This record gives sequence, C-alpha cells and structure tokens, in this order.
Amino acid sequence: MIAAIFFYLFAILSVISAVMVISARNPVHAVLFLILTFFNAAGLFVLLSAEFLALLLIIVYVGAVAVLFLFVVMMLDVDFAELKAGFIKNAPVGALIGGVVLIELVALFIAHGFEIGASGAVQTAVPSTGSGLDNTTALGLVLYTKYVYFFQAAGLILLVAMIGAIVLTLRHKEGVKRQSIPAQVARNPKTAIEVIQVPSGGAILPTAEGKG
Amino acid sequence: MSTLMTYAPAFPELLLAVAALLFLMLGAFNDDNDKTGAFVGWLAIAAMIAAGALIVLQPADTKSLFNGAFVVDQFARFMKLLILGGSAVAILLSFDYLTAKGLMKFEYPILILLSTIGMMMMVSASDLISLYMGLELQSLALYVLAAMHRENVRSSESGLKYFVLGGLSSGMLLYGASLVYGFTGSTEFSVIANIAQSGTAAGNIGLIVGLVFMLVGLAFKISAVPFHMWTPDVYQGAPTPVTAFFAAAPKMAAMGLMMRALGSAFPGLEAQWQQVIWFVSIASMLLGAFAAIGQNNIKRLMAYSSIGHVGFALVGLAAGTQEGAQGVLVYLAIYLAMTLGTFACILAMQRGQDMIEDIDQLAGLAQNNLPMAFVLAMLMFSLAGIPPLAGFWAKVYVFWPAVKAGLYPLAIIGVVASVIGAYYYLRIVKIMFFDEPKEKFAPISTNLAVVMGASLFFIFAFAIPQLGGPIVSAAEAAAKSLRL
Repeated sequence: MIAAIFFYLFAILSVISAVMVISARNPVHAVLFLILTFFNAAGLFVLLSAEFLALLLIIVYVGAVAVLFLFVVMMLDVDFAELKAGFIKNAPVGALIGGVVLIELVALFIAHGFEIGASGAVQTAVPSTGSGLDNTTALGLVLYTKYVYFFQAAGLILLVAMIGAIVLTLRHKEGVKRQSIPAQVARNPKTAIEVIQVPSGGAILPTAEGKG
Repeated sequence: MSTLMTYAPAFPELLLAVAALLFLMLGAFNDDNDKTGAFVGWLAIAAMIAAGALIVLQPADTKSLFNGAFVVDQFARFMKLLILGGSAVAILLSFDYLTAKGLMKFEYPILILLSTIGMMMMVSASDLISLYMGLELQSLALYVLAAMHRENVRSSESGLKYFVLGGLSSGMLLYGASLVYGFTGSTEFSVIANIAQSGTAAGNIGLIVGLVFMLVGLAFKISAVPFHMWTPDVYQGAPTPVTAFFAAAPKMAAMGLMMRALGSAFPGLEAQWQQVIWFVSIASMLLGAFAAIGQNNIKRLMAYSSIGHVGFALVGLAAGTQEGAQGVLVYLAIYLAMTLGTFACILAMQRGQDMIEDIDQLAGLAQNNLPMAFVLAMLMFSLAGIPPLAGFWAKVYVFWPAVKAGLYPLAIIGVVASVIGAYYYLRIVKIMFFDEPKEKFAPISTNLAVVMGASLFFIFAFAIPQLGGPIVSAAEAAAKSLRL
C-alpha cells in the first residue's frame, strides 16, 4: 500500500517535472526541473529494490550531467525567446500529431490491456536469486561475464565520444604563447639575464625580443 | 588458447578494435600533420582488408557468442564484407580531398574504423542491447565526421542536424525496444521471436507498438520517407568524402540491421511489419523520384537518389520471402558499387582548389574529359536502371520476388518511379554530352581513377554470369541463414 502511494507520488512528480522541463520559461529552471525528474526516477528505482541503480542515477545524472547542462545553459548565449517563438509557431502541428499518437496509444492499451507476453516479463528489476545477494553484487556478477560484450561496446562508444570532443574542439592556434617545459629547463643565467649599461640620463627601450 | 579460439567468430571486430586503439596511439604520439593522417588512413584500409580476409576464411556456419548477443552467420558475413568494402573505399576516396582542405587528421580514419566496428556489430546483433550499442557506436562517429570541417558553417550545421535528429531517432528506437522488452520479458531476439510466433502475438499490442517504434527509429537510419528530412542537408553539408561514406557503408549496416531485426526477432508478425515497410517503400521511391528533379547540387541530388534507392531495396523486404531478402542483398551490393563510383566522379569535379558541386558545371565534360564523362554517364544509366548495366539487374532482383508475392501495386509503382527518376539521371548525361563546354576540371588523382574504373568494371561485368553469379549465390546463402 505504502509502496503504491510512493509509486504514484514519484511517477506523477516525474511526469509533471518532465513537462516543466520543456515548458519552463527560464532555461536554468528547466535544468533544475530535469534534476527533479532524475530524482523521481531514482525514487522509482528504489521502489523496485534497485538501490544501486538509483544511486548511480543520482551520482551520474544529477551530479555530473545535469550540472554540466547547467553550465552549458549559463555559458551559451542562446536566444531562448527566439527559440520559443519558433516553437509557438509550430506548436499547433506538433500538438496535433502528439495528440493523435497519444490517443492511439491510449486507445490501444485500453482495448487490449497491458497483457504480458507468453513468457511473462520480469516483475522486479532484480530477480531474487534466493542466495541473498544484494543487487550491486548481482550486477557485478553479470556485468563482466554475461554482459562483457555490451560493457566493451560501451567502452568503445565512450572512446568515440572522447575522440569526437577532441577533434571538434581542439585547435592549435598560431601566435598563442604556450608553456614549453624544455625551453624553460634549458634556460640558464646566460640566456635569461642581460646586463645593460644604462647611460646616465638615458633610457632603455625594450629590445625586439621583448625580454623584461 | 582454446578459450581464445571460442571467440574466433568475433575476430574481425576484435582486430579492428585493437587496430583502432593502436592507430590512435600512433597518431597521438606522432606529429599532428597530413602525413600522419594519410599514413593512419592507409593502415586503416589495411586493417579493413585483413578483417575482410578473416571473414572470408571463416567456415560457413552459424555461430553465436556472448550468450546469444552476437551472431555470425552467412548473412552477417555478406553484410560485413559490403560494409568493410564501403568503408575502405570511402577512406581511399578521401585522401586527396582532405589533404587539400587541411582536414587530413589521423582521427578521421580512426573514426571511420570505429564506426565500421559499430556497423559490423549492428549486422551481427541478436539482442536489443547489442543492436542499440552497435547503432550508437556507428552513429556517434558519423556525427563527428559530418561536423569535421569546423570552419565550414554548412559542415557544422550538418553535424548538428544529424546529431539532433539521430538522437531523436535513437530515442524512438529505445522507446520501442523498451516496449518490446516489457511485453516479452527478454532482450534476446530468440526469446522475442518465440513470443512473436505464438498465437497470441497479434493481440500483444505492446509488442506491436514497440515493433512500430523500432521501425521508425530504423527508418531514420536508412533515411526512408517519411523520416528522410535530414538526408539532403547532411549530405550537402558534410565534406564530400564523408558524404560518400554516409551513402555507402552506414546504409548497408542499417538495412542489414533492419532485416536482421525483422527476420530473427519478429517472425510471425510479418502481417504487421510488412504494412509499414510497404508504405515506407512506396513513399521513398516516389519522393526519391520527384524531389531530385529540381536539385542543382549534385550532393543533394545523390541524397534524394539514395532515398529512392532505399525505397527500391525495401520492395524486396516487403515481399517478406527468402527470395526477397536475397534481392535486397544483391541490390545493396550493386548500389554500393554504383554510389562509390559516382562519388569518385563527384570528388573529381574540382577546379584548382575549389570543389564544384553544381550540376551545370558538368556541361560539356565529354569534350574536356571523355573518360570521366563516360564513367559518370554509365553510372547514371546504371542508377537509372537501364539494361544491361548492374543497376537494372538490381531492380529485377527486388521487383521479381515482389511480383511473385503478389505485391503488384508495389512493383508497378516501383517501375513508374524508376522511369520518373531516370529523368534526372539522364539530364546529367545530357548536360555532360550536349551542352557547351565549361572550364576544365583539375586532373583526376590515381585513387579516384582506380575507384571509378573498378565501379565501371563492376556495373558492366555484373551481367556476366561468371562474375555476377558468385555475388548472387552468396546473397542467396546469406538470405537462407536469415530465416525471413
């Protein structure tokens, strides 16, 4: 009973905050609502007794991804008012299509119910193993054995993301002063210090090398 | 050792993955210049040829690895050879262009290599998770490649557009996959297939809605109508060798994935998915035929042409028979050769440092450079489907099973669409041969000439049974293993 109450609480809150993500006027509010959505999803995971996933969701999505979004939103100078104008122009068509799909889906599910296929779906996130394993252990047991292929494939995907980020953003600009450690180490008093005789009453103009 | 050998079916992918990592190190620890890039490019081609050799040497049986997540059968081998061929030739085509534009970074061939691994995983997928993993590995590398030319606004636009729409389509696919998982209780294709074949499957609405959403996601990837909107912009904006790559290997992989998913995860639901394929096929053929007429940019034209060709290939899939699947495979093989040849010609359209993309600039090419005009004309004839060139046989191989399966409207619309489409292909031939000559193009580089020659040889030689026969029989063996 309590589980059901919490399920509906988390589910309704996550749907409402998801709607707010796309309808909030202020982009920073939108990201904050996104964080709220993640929190509610994490709550749903806890109800499914998948506490490991719940915490992972909070650490990875709330901690890293959402904060990253927040930075991007704050740093990018995106004219959201203009985006909104385009959105409102196309909103009737979008709403129409979305409405039709929604009605179709609802009608289908009302007509046929949520029948589960012949084999029956897994009812909990972590099927009880009977040996009292907590689900972190259970995940650890399959992640590097049964699912090693997916694990490695995910690794390759992250590698592509890393290469992509470097290719698209790293640039070696000409004329930028960079730290050169060999040059610094090779410096000795002879090259670093220049003794100049200053004539009395005269001035020293900076040399072309710009040392000072 | 014996443990290692159990993974023998996955050796081609492992080889490419290890090669990609090694080349990455090689590039990172060498000077970041054109030379390193070109060197890594040739190494990547060598790695792909080696992987292809490993595939050819594999015994012709069906093996399943990683608890059924990765399956290697004749179908996967056939598709993987096409993918490797497409990727290797795409790298070959890119050397001159990228060097001229200062884009020959070592990351370019490595991204193509990683994307190729993703494609090979796609056609070997027999689990919803491996399907998605392969697809993402492929797509993510493609987004980066499209935006590679950072100084060019169009390239950035195409990368961003591809990324956003690709992300949307992945979302659709995942939503569909989650429904399929929820209503069957498994991500494995074999288990899903058991449930799809049971009597109650047609009433299992969740499964069918999931199937439709997955088809939407996949239709995005093969750029079939009505999910084709991104194609012309991305094709036009991306650097031309990248466009050549987009039009070749990823198309093969996405088609292969679609056939694999429909054939091994959803048998017994043919009646449901055939309707979708039927509609998508007709819409793609017609849009490909009509929308290309007004195009003046040859890359945009090729984008619409590829949409049309996807429609034709889907005709064979709509038939839902083994013969139809064979037709699709033959079609893909021929389309691959034609599209790579055509892009070799497009890359040869160059004056000084400027790449020419306007179709009008081809005027009078026959008087300036007859061999190139001849190759391009033959490729256009072949794309239009004029006998005895390969493009004609490709269409025969997909339309015939459709007629046999009683899909007369589909076959008739297909023939009509290919006649309409012939107009814009023939227009290019007319411009090249009968218009006043414009300024000459720069001399053609060896790489491009080799690809043009090979493509020309292929489209003529396919009609000869000794040369076309092995491809057709390999496609037949591949279709047999697909259980369609």
